[in-house]
Formats: sequence, C-alpha cells, structure tokens
Amino acid sequence: MTDYAEKRTAITGIGQSRISRGADKSALALTIDAALDAIGDAGLTRADIDGMATWPGDRADGSGFSDVGIPALQDALRLELGWYSNASETSGQFGAIFNAIGAISAGLCRHVLIFRTMYEATARKTSFANALNRPGQRVFGPFQWYAPYHVYAAALQQALMFAAYTHKSGMTDEQRAWIAINQRENAALNPNAIFRERITVEDFLAAPIIATPLRLFDCDVPIDGSTAIILSHVDPAKDAPHPLTRIEAVGSAMRYRNSWTQLEALDTQAQPKVAEMMWNRTDLAVKDIDVAELYDGFSFHTINWLENLGVCERYGAKDFIAGGTRIALDGEFPINTNGGALSAGRMHAYGQVHEAMTQLRGLGGERQVPGNPGVAVVTTAGGPLAGAFLLVRE
Amino acid sequence: MIDSRKPPSRPLPATTCDTEPFWSGGEHGELLIEQCDGCSYFIHPPTGFCPECESRDTHFQPVSGKGFIETFTVNHKRWVPGLPERYVLALVRIAEQADVRLATNIVNCDPGDVTFDMPVKVLFEENDGLWIPLFEPVGSAA
Repeated sequence: MTDYAEKRTAITGIGQSRISRGADKSALALTIDAALDAIGDAGLTRADIDGMATWPGDRADGSGFSDVGIPALQDALRLELGWYSNASETSGQFGAIFNAIGAISAGLCRHVLIFRTMYEATARKTSFANALNRPGQRVFGPFQWYAPYHVYAAALQQALMFAAYTHKSGMTDEQRAWIAINQRENAALNPNAIFRERITVEDFLAAPIIATPLRLFDCDVPIDGSTAIILSHVDPAKDAPHPLTRIEAVGSAMRYRNSWTQLEALDTQAQPKVAEMMWNRTDLAVKDIDVAELYDGFSFHTINWLENLGVCERYGAKDFIAGGTRIALDGEFPINTNGGALSAGRMHAYGQVHEAMTQLRGLGGERQVPGNPGVAVVTTAGGPLAGAFLLVRE
Repeated sequence: MIDSRKPPSRPLPATTCDTEPFWSGGEHGELLIEQCDGCSYFIHPPTGFCPECESRDTHFQPVSGKGFIETFTVNHKRWVPGLPERYVLALVRIAEQADVRLATNIVNCDPGDVTFDMPVKVLFEENDGLWIPLFEPVGSAA
C-alpha cells in the first residue's frame, strides 16, 4: 500500500467545552475551553501549536453556525503559526483535517489545532438563526436556485434527497426509527448528552413531521459548544501521553456535480465515491471496523453511510438496523456511541471525531464498546458534501 | 388552522447576466433554459460553457414547460409567520433533458396528491420584477 501522507499523521489530543442548550459564556470562550483541553490532552503547551485549521471559518453573521474563526482564537491564545487555513468549500467539515494533513506533510507545521464551534442554541433564542434565507431577501450563490421556494432550513433541502431514498429503498418510518432509538440508548449512558430519555418506535411516530419523510427525532439537536483536536506529525506524536492513533485513510473526493439541485444520485448523496476513495487507500476493510461514528445531522445520513461504506447492501439498511441489535454498543457494528448529534448534540461531525477517539482510548465509560476497539471510521455528509476517514490505534 | 395573514414574500435570487434570462422569461410565458448552439445540450445552471462539446456559444431556449417530479417533500413546519401549513417543495426534471432539474413549488393541488414522476407543467408568479417558475399537475384546472 502506498505510503499516503495521512498515514504519517495522528490525532494526539481531543478537547471539548461543555455542550448545552444555552451556554453561560461566549462562543469564543467555549472555543478556548475546547482548545486548551485538546492542547493539554496532547501533552503540549500553546507554544507547541504551529498550525490552525477550521471549517468553515467565521461567518460573521451571528447565526450560531460558525461564530468563531481562526483570527479570534489565534489572537486570544497568542499562537505563533507556520500555517493556518479555514476551508468551507471542501469535502464537508473534515476539509479542515484533510488540509491539515497536507500542511503537515509539506512541513509547514507539526501540531495543528483544529476546531469547530456551534452557538446555535443561543442564536435561535435571539435571531433568525441558521436560516438559509429570509423572506424578502436577495440570495446570492448556489442557494439562489432554491431561494424563491420557501426553503428556510437545511431540513427542506435534505428532505428532497431523503424522500428519494425512501422512495427507492422502501424503508418505512417504523424501520428508520431504530437509528434514533439506538442513539438515545447510547445517550442514556453518556452523562454529557443533551437528551438521555429512552424512546420507542411509538414515540418516534408520535413526534411531529418536519418535512416528509423527516420527523423530529430524525433531526440533530442545536447546541452551544466547541470541539477541538490536535493533528500531529507521527514523529512527535509518538511522545504524546495517549497511544498513537493514526489517520489510516481519507476519502475527500468530489466526482459528482457539486450542486444541491443537480447532484446526480439524490438517494445516496455524494458518499459512494468518497467511500470508494477511502477504501482504495488502505488494506483494511469493513470487517476490520470496530466502532463507527457516522454523521447524523439527519438520521438518513447515517443510513446512507451504512450502505455506502459497504456495511450492508444498497437499500439493505432497513434490515440491518432492525431492532437496533447490530448497531448497538455490543452489536457487530456499533454506531454513534455517545448518542450522536441526534441525542448528544449537533457538534457537526466533530462530535463524531471526539467520540471515535474516546472509544479508541477505551475511555467511553458506561458506553464503552467492548473488545478494546482499535479501528474506527468517521464520516460527515450533506447533499454534495461528504468526507470520511479511518482511525487506527497502535 | 387557517392563517389569514398574507403569505410572506418569497426570498429572491440575486441575478447575474448568466441567470437573469431564466428568472425573467416568465414575463412572456416562457421557461428559458440555456442551450448549446453546437450540440443542443441544455446547460443548467447557466454558465456560458457547454460541458459536452466545450462550445462557448449558447442561447436561451424556450422549452415546453413540461416536466416530471424527480423528488419532493411536503413541508409541515411553519418556518416563518404566514406560510401555509403544508406546501410542496420539489425537484422537477424538464421533459427535454433529464439532467436539468429545477427546484420549485408544486401548486394548484392537494400536497397529498403529489407523487414521484408525476407529469407537471410550468406557470409563473411575478415577484418584484422576477418571474418565478412554479409547477402544477398536468390537467390541473387552474
């Protein structure tokens, strides 16, 4: 196997602020909490950090979607950097990580602080938060093609794709419910999760429809919180306090039309070519995965990934998740072990990274996957955006 | 519950010289899609470049206004005051070329009657100087 650059990088530190439905401090303060937590976890000090990356960078719009960017955090921490970059036009939120791999490989930096901060719980209380557009507004860019049709939230854009999946797969609401039910089971064991009460199929079906086929429990939970990781070159990573956990392979491809309306395969979204690329960069296979943290901005993203990673066959997810046993903590393919974004909160794919690392270190507490997991897959998704990578603990 | 307030004005696209014809053809009852002069491929969104034959020579062509529902969702959540309780957002593929998809609302029918691959036809709603393409079922009385 080619010695791809990602194999010479490792996640050495993880950090997270308090995750809540309403923070008692600013988005920047939450980000500082997460950053200092991650730096300390890696056994480093501020002076060791010589790179920074984030997705998508400061939107400067108060929407809570991304209120903290590199300049504010770099200045607050007085970091001295050899390289830094935000990156919003990438293979989803993991573009920040993939760019950092390149920068480390190019010798521009050794320890990159990567962060993602959400402040949507507070923003929703005070403004038209996380809206794609507003009545009467003029809309620029790719969302102009949706603008006149009362598309105010990602739920509507994405529902078009989930409807196509439901139509082609024949998956019913009752079958889909097991994603949300399983994740609430996991969240019940996670003291930091937002929603910890177990739910049933009946609860799932009794919850409001947002836009067909989406129901309330298919949707992630807006929160205030920040997640940070330290991505390091493997050489200094070998001296870090935790066991070396390398990035084994990445999937960053864009081989479709990069468009929310013209994307060829609405039912699979952009995931298949991303998964194919990741598998082509490793000798590992699906059977080697011990734990999977699959993006769940909506439950359908997770369902799509089960099929597109090859865990089950195309349109076979409805049988694979039935009863929740295979995807449970003690099942053959445990997923979203902290409750995911549906129950632990919308940390926007970086919750998935943090939880994968927690599991690979054996620090999951009551929700720890048994059997000393050593290989994790982490994914993100959303229409034309998709990214994936494998983590291997040595 | 019936909401008597006026529906909110639609957010509108900020047009460019590439996109303005698409959003104004409705003034003359025409759905205008960019087409390659050389190979007749329909290019959407409009770019002035044909990805099939690499020609830069294109024009806006009135198409039939007929299409089929590729996918759709029935909205149930009132995102902003005054919106109807239920409305249909869809992607319609135009009859002339399956890979040209238009986001739209399906109107003049009960949302519960909309189906995949349903034949639909265009109509236009004028908003602040732009003519917004909407679609209704073929055979709709309206």
